[in-house]
Amino acid sequence: MAITFEQVNFSYGAGTTLANPILHDINITIADHQVTAIIGQTGSGKSTLIQHLNGLLKPTTGQVIVDDLIVTNTTKEKQLTKLRAKVGMVFQFPENQLFANTVLEDVMYGPLNFGYKTDEAKQSAQSALKMVNVAENLWQKSPFELSGGQMRRVAMAGALASNPDIVVMDEPAAGLDPKGQAELLALVSNLKEAGKLVVFISHQMDHVVSVADQVIVMQDGHVAAQGTPADVFNRDIDWFKSVNLDLPRAGQFAEQLRANGVSLSRRPLTLAELATMINEEYEHE
Amino acid sequence: MNNIMIGRFVPGSSWVHRLDPRTKMIVTFVFIFVMLFASSWGTYALSAVFVVLAIRLTQQPFKLYWDGLKPIFWLILFTVVLQLFLTPGTPVVLHVGPLQVTWPGILNAIYVMIRFTLIILMSTIMTLSTPPTSIANALESLLAPLNKIHVPVAELALMLSIALRFVPLLMDETQKIMNAQKSRGMSFSTGGPIKRARAIVPLLIPLFVGALQRALDLANAMEIRGFKDAASRTKYRILLYGRQDVVAFIGTLIFVLIFIGIKISGV
Ligand SMILES: Nc1ncnc2c1ncn2[C@@H]1O[C@H](COP(=O)(O)OP(=O)(O)OP(=O)(O)O)[C@@H](O)[C@H]1O
Ligand SMILES: [Mg+2]
Repeated sequence: MAITFEQVNFSYGAGTTLANPILHDINITIADHQVTAIIGQTGSGKSTLIQHLNGLLKPTTGQVIVDDLIVTNTTKEKQLTKLRAKVGMVFQFPENQLFANTVLEDVMYGPLNFGYKTDEAKQSAQSALKMVNVAENLWQKSPFELSGGQMRRVAMAGALASNPDIVVMDEPAAGLDPKGQAELLALVSNLKEAGKLVVFISHQMDHVVSVADQVIVMQDGHVAAQGTPADVFNRDIDWFKSVNLDLPRAGQFAEQLRANGVSLSRRPLTLAELATMINEEYEHE
Repeated sequence: MNNIMIGRFVPGSSWVHRLDPRTKMIVTFVFIFVMLFASSWGTYALSAVFVVLAIRLTQQPFKLYWDGLKPIFWLILFTVVLQLFLTPGTPVVLHVGPLQVTWPGILNAIYVMIRFTLIILMSTIMTLSTPPTSIANALESLLAPLNKIHVPVAELALMLSIALRFVPLLMDETQKIMNAQKSRGMSFSTGGPIKRARAIVPLLIPLFVGALQRALDLANAMEIRGFKDAASRTKYRILLYGRQDVVAFIGTLIFVLIFIGIKISGV
């Protein structure tokens, strides 16, 4: 169930006079059973990239391989529907996809489309709602009566309800309160534990280092770097400036320490790691 | 979704882009009016030259205009077919069942096709080179005399410009909702007609909810800033005729005069 991009180029409006090339020569591999974070400044093509994962966008040239399915420019819509049953996608503004009379019905929409029987769909919708912590007293409410953060969770449940092997989330943390963000990170870990491949976009580096196994850095439609968080976040500080990204908090703190003459052997990713490193490296002074 | 060219503004700084929107509107209306009197090869050829010149002056590729014609191809074809079969006269060229194709019918069909195409091209030139808000401003300015008979021109123009502003937003929104529902397995292309019609519901409801929400937000934003209808307000963009507008009017006048000349001499 791994995902591979081979020489993918993509333009919006390809073939018309308004063609707008966005992605350039993307070659990446996203490993199965792992969490991959995609980072990069606004407009760098992250959302465009992940819409290739379930065939909403097809590469203008090159191919995207998901499991045994190869998506090229000419792949038919019918094939793509099969792909979409395997990929749950949560959008950047998921609240505007809600339509049904009740929250539960809305979450059942995906499973029903993918051929679940009504009671199966209901069951998986209920467990999805539980997974994202939507309280049971909201299930029979209209989705339009919910708060923004609640809508977001319902939309997320809608993507998870058809039990996809691949879960893709576009800035899932945006608009969630701190508790919601912590729950989201826990959800990502749980999904990984359950054997799923998770891809998410984030602007919060602390989220990235806390759950991601792999990081892909996008810049101007190119892949600027790909590797483990430890690799990527140990790059030169000037490189981070060049791609307009911040370090995680621990890394920023370490940089400030270094500027004041306290250098560590490498850049820590988390605050816990920072504390351990300071303890170990300066124990005897 | 993004291939629809009619009514789309393509930013640029060509001579046509810089014309006063009122000029473009007047020239377009004059052209359409004149086209109603085109009846011979000479007049059509002249009009075609005028349109081609105007297209050149927008400094946009012909392909853009060609893309713009495609969506209404069927409409043109339909009228052409009507003309072809329903024009009486002699000589009859072809019998198709109870219908017949006559030589005047063929001529008429060709003329109608050219007329349609030219009028659409000319309107495309205007919309392509003029931002929607400027079109609304121009309309307001041109219709200002109607204020005297208590037609709320300013309000109508405001409504128009808001509506125009919402079109691309709604199109983007539709695309986004469609992507979200497709990801949840929505499919328009399977099942019978009832099933297909029902498949639109998950698309329409979020679209309406979003549009209403936007409209409410906009109304609030306008009210907070002290919007009051029927107030006479100043403009951010003041429309001024310049030298190139005079040139455009003279060019159009010359076109009309030659057109009348050809028409009288019957070429
Ligand atoms: N539907 C579209 N049509 C044309 N161009 C688009 C479309 N969607 C996005 N773009 C363009 O593609 C580029 C990349 O957009 P994308 O949404 O992938 O960025 P992003 O990395 O997700 O940014 P953000 O962090 O702000 O979400 C932008 O320049 C944008 O203007
Ligand atoms: Mg994005």
